[in-house]
Amino acid sequence: MEKMIKLTIDKKQVEVPQGTTILEAAKGIGVDIPTLCYMHLGDMGIEHKPGGCRICVVEVEGRRNLAPSCNSKCEQGMVIHTHNMRVLNARKTVMELMLSDHPFDCLVCAKSGNCDLQSTAQQLGVRELHYKGEQSTYKVDYSPSIIRDMDKCIMCRRCETMCNDVQTVGALSAVNRGFQSVVAPAFEMDLEKSTCTYCGQCVAVCPTGALTEKDHTNQLIRDLADPKKTVVVQTAPAVRAALGEEFGMEPGTLVTGKMVSALRQLGFNSVFDTDFAADLTIMEEGTELLDRLKRHLDGDKDVKLPILTSCCPGWVNFFEHHFPEMKDIPSTARSPQQMFGPIAKNYLAKEMGIKREDMIVVSIMPCLAKKYECQRDEFKVDGDPDVNYSISTRELANLIKQANMDLKTLPDEEFDNPLGESTGAGVIFGATGGVIEAAARTAYEVYTGKTLENVNFEALRGMEGIRSATVDFDGLDVNIGIAHGLGNARKLLEDIRDGKSQYHAIEIMACPGGCIGGGGQPLHHGDSSILKKRAAALYREDEGKAIRKSHENPYIIKLYEEFLGKPCGELSHKLLHTHYFDKSKDIEIE
Amino acid sequence: MEKYKMHILICGGTGCRASASEAIQNNLQDAIKAKGLEDEVQVVMTGCFGFCEKGPIVKILPDNTFYVEVKPEDAEELIEEHIIKGRKVMRLLYVDPENKETISDSKHMGFYKKQIRIALRNCGFINPENVDEYIARDGYAALGKCLAEMTPQTVIDEIKESGLRGRGGGGFPTGLKWEFAAKNEADQKYVVCNADEGDPGAFMDRSILEGDPHSVLEAMAICGYTMGADKGVIYIRAEYPLAITRLKVAIKQAREYGLLGNDILGSGFNFDVEMRYGAGAFVCGEETALIHSMEGLRGEPTVKPPFPAESGYNGKPTNVNNVETFANIPVIINKGASWFNKIGSEKSKGTKVFALAGKINNVGLIEVPMGTTLREVIYEIGGGIKDGKKFKAVQTGGPSGGCLTEKHLDTPIDFDNLIAAGSMMGSGGMIVMDEDDCMVSMAKFYLEFTVEESCGKCTPCRVGNKRLHELLDKITLGNGTREDLDLLRNLSTVIKDTSLCGLGQTSPNPVLSTLENFYDEYISHVEDHKCAAGQCKALMQYVIDPELCVGCTLCSRNCPVDCIAGERKEAHVIDASKCIKCGACMEKCKFNAISIQ
Repeated sequence: MEKMIKLTIDKKQVEVPQGTTILEAAKGIGVDIPTLCYMHLGDMGIEHKPGGCRICVVEVEGRRNLAPSCNSKCEQGMVIHTHNMRVLNARKTVMELMLSDHPFDCLVCAKSGNCDLQSTAQQLGVRELHYKGEQSTYKVDYSPSIIRDMDKCIMCRRCETMCNDVQTVGALSAVNRGFQSVVAPAFEMDLEKSTCTYCGQCVAVCPTGALTEKDHTNQLIRDLADPKKTVVVQTAPAVRAALGEEFGMEPGTLVTGKMVSALRQLGFNSVFDTDFAADLTIMEEGTELLDRLKRHLDGDKDVKLPILTSCCPGWVNFFEHHFPEMKDIPSTARSPQQMFGPIAKNYLAKEMGIKREDMIVVSIMPCLAKKYECQRDEFKVDGDPDVNYSISTRELANLIKQANMDLKTLPDEEFDNPLGESTGAGVIFGATGGVIEAAARTAYEVYTGKTLENVNFEALRGMEGIRSATVDFDGLDVNIGIAHGLGNARKLLEDIRDGKSQYHAIEIMACPGGCIGGGGQPLHHGDSSILKKRAAALYREDEGKAIRKSHENPYIIKLYEEFLGKPCGELSHKLLHTHYFDKSKDIEIE
Repeated sequence: MEKYKMHILICGGTGCRASASEAIQNNLQDAIKAKGLEDEVQVVMTGCFGFCEKGPIVKILPDNTFYVEVKPEDAEELIEEHIIKGRKVMRLLYVDPENKETISDSKHMGFYKKQIRIALRNCGFINPENVDEYIARDGYAALGKCLAEMTPQTVIDEIKESGLRGRGGGGFPTGLKWEFAAKNEADQKYVVCNADEGDPGAFMDRSILEGDPHSVLEAMAICGYTMGADKGVIYIRAEYPLAITRLKVAIKQAREYGLLGNDILGSGFNFDVEMRYGAGAFVCGEETALIHSMEGLRGEPTVKPPFPAESGYNGKPTNVNNVETFANIPVIINKGASWFNKIGSEKSKGTKVFALAGKINNVGLIEVPMGTTLREVIYEIGGGIKDGKKFKAVQTGGPSGGCLTEKHLDTPIDFDNLIAAGSMMGSGGMIVMDEDDCMVSMAKFYLEFTVEESCGKCTPCRVGNKRLHELLDKITLGNGTREDLDLLRNLSTVIKDTSLCGLGQTSPNPVLSTLENFYDEYISHVEDHKCAAGQCKALMQYVIDPELCVGCTLCSRNCPVDCIAGERKEAHVIDASKCIKCGACMEKCKFNAISIQ
């Protein structure tokens, strides 16, 4: 039995299990001590409590100094005061200090209204700054996906934990000392020159406007206003499960139809679904998987197994930087975003009778790495990108607000065709395990020639960082691994490198939770239950779909018949597959 | 040492070496050779004697003659006169500044009279690069005694009974700390020696490592024995090259003698020591920051608990002690806890080494029993204030200590009394200030240091100290207000109250203690815009007395900014708005007509 600790918090008797922090114990009796640097994503085992901001300090009787409640454990007989004069004055003064080294440009800051620093300052009732002086100034660092404005950094170092401990990317760490200390890539080089994968998890947890996405909404407004341009949009599966949050809806509310309606009102010529391209991805990736599997079973020693999914651009950046020697293991299939692009610009444009250069393809993504992916040279034809640019869920929400629309009251509308029809398999791409489940549904039927009765592979679902399951392909055991979060991916990759991996196929998503937890999603402010609700919403949409296997999507069948030929065929290879690069030597030190 | 008739000891500490003590050694050896006395006289380069004010020091045994401020060219005369003819070289002997008496034996000097040397026992006495000399002075006897006669617990009990408290600043009972580390079971444990001495002007640890490195190695091995650790690491500043060299020599010799390594003295106990070099970050003296630095991580502290005794270096139980703490250990084991705990005050046992600096006659390194008063240290050992000026304050505890004044002079120095007086022991820095020192500027100076040395992890230390410094700067520039003094006090209190580690928890001490003891001085800065000590340039004004000025024009010709006007043979006037307060005019005036107001 776990040992119980008795203590007094604000004159109330409390009993908590040993190991409970003062912050948690206080929460238990309804006392919400304000925090700032503290971050706890319980379901994903991510905890960040450096005790650096000193906002959560409390008085512990008998101790000389105030104690940070986030990482001070309860002890027998402790007497704690969470809001006496000494504590309140200290908190307010510390907050004033933080604000004294922060720009006062809230009115035009991307995070205004969604900023933890702002809301905590409000909560603490700071109305005046008594301490003024020099402010830190840094060059703003613009990368293709992420903007670093370190004048706004409060050194909470959540980004550092995400980048190093969770993602094991190691692009960000604290540099310099004292007042000059700041979180930055090594030698304060630009993010673009570092090992950054643009997963955007740093942006997702940044409490201020120090880390934000590169904004493409102005470009989009210009293109929508240009009568010469045909602007088409694709929306990723995870967006519909989170967009509503920006309009005060419950997390996990599906807003697919309202989103389509909003996009149409914004002036897009056609509103399509990336889920369609996800079905296409399954056709290509599934075929590649079965091909490698068959060759392996036939005794081909050169075949590379396990096959790794390649839908996630953050993950692609990760192995190009960190595991370049394994760049021939992942599937060569492009991500759904990058499959949609060439189909739109080569097939759809022809159907619509417009020239490639007059078509603008925009994607709405839960992701920041997608912004970088659009710009990759291999995804351009004569300098024209297959997907012109990508905007995040948050940017879309801003755009809808700018256009004076209230998402909640919009009517539900359907996607346009032919690139708007999708199956349940395409929908679940947005949650960890979804891609491999979708692939299994198709691969099973193609391999066995039998109908899959129960399409729900429950064993592949969940929030555990690394999961594995064996799927019975009518007598053939297919070992499947799943990792979300790049730190978990690293573990599976190291096993493969060491020859210890037993898997045939592995799905990897860079962000914890998969795309629903992407760096471009509405901020979860450390509440990981939100991610679970988003995932549940996607599985709900899958359940409600008439067709739940990618290869049964009639428009996919038609696309192969009319245009592509067969999966992994010649045209597919040209338009829908890619190759990878060794970027380990690309790190530049100025 | 028997085979020589005479020994000449030369201080080989960093200070004396900088004043050419190596050249003195060479010249002495040449002179000895020239006289054919190689078999009679031995020249030994030792560690620091402590009396740095009078260095380089040369001491001749067996008659204990203490020569001061010796120069390389004095070597020949010393050999000729003292060694051959047996006559002391009077001009190189110490003269008591009070009664002008010449003193040849150091034990009669004011500087040494009140000192008891435990941690510094071998400094200035043995050749630190010769393990035999250490052994000849009971070196490694304590380790032998522990391994042969004592259990780990009895050693811990002995240290606990001795009352020894950590000399790095915290004053935590050493025996208790060892016991915690001993009680935590693990497959690997570590003993760490904190030699990251960082207080400006402090050189206690450096002197011990330079003068008696084996005492630290021996103590680390004893500590390892008590807690079950077979690895020791010395974390030392890379800026201490001489200490590093001597430690390297000492580790090598100890290994050769089987005093480090496997099966030490046939006891079955294994212990070895390696070194890690710090890059000079002050915060790495804090034990958790030090451990992170050793692990190759950013040198910044983490919240305690967990204490290093539970989870330290590489996540294993680790005991971190300061150099001076370790240096006391062998003596406690050899002479017994009951001998040691008779020295000192009620709650602080033994002695403490201080680096005496500032406006004091006898600058140097001293070791006095706990409980010695500041008056004894400053006036008897330190020889009083330089140039007969008036004592104003003494800063103890380094940059984060506090300023003590006249009223504290009779306070017995120990851990608790210093804290009660608003300062702290720290690692033992002691900087004396006289009437020419401005207390606001002094506080500003120390804040400049802590602003520079803050690691930046927690808000109050990173931003708060910066704001404190800015407020102090504003006051010294004459732009301060009374409200600023309230802000200073509140901010100082909050920084102390909320900072993560000892650095921020103590950095406002210079501000708080000067606000407490010299509030009038702050008031005169903010209300009258005057700096009585004349240190705040912005508050000074050079004025020409028309009565005394003869109109010689010398001042105006020497003024670099042409701000002095006046006709020949008529009184001159300084334009205060242009004056840069360089003082050139005052220096040139032959009629004392220019003064500072």
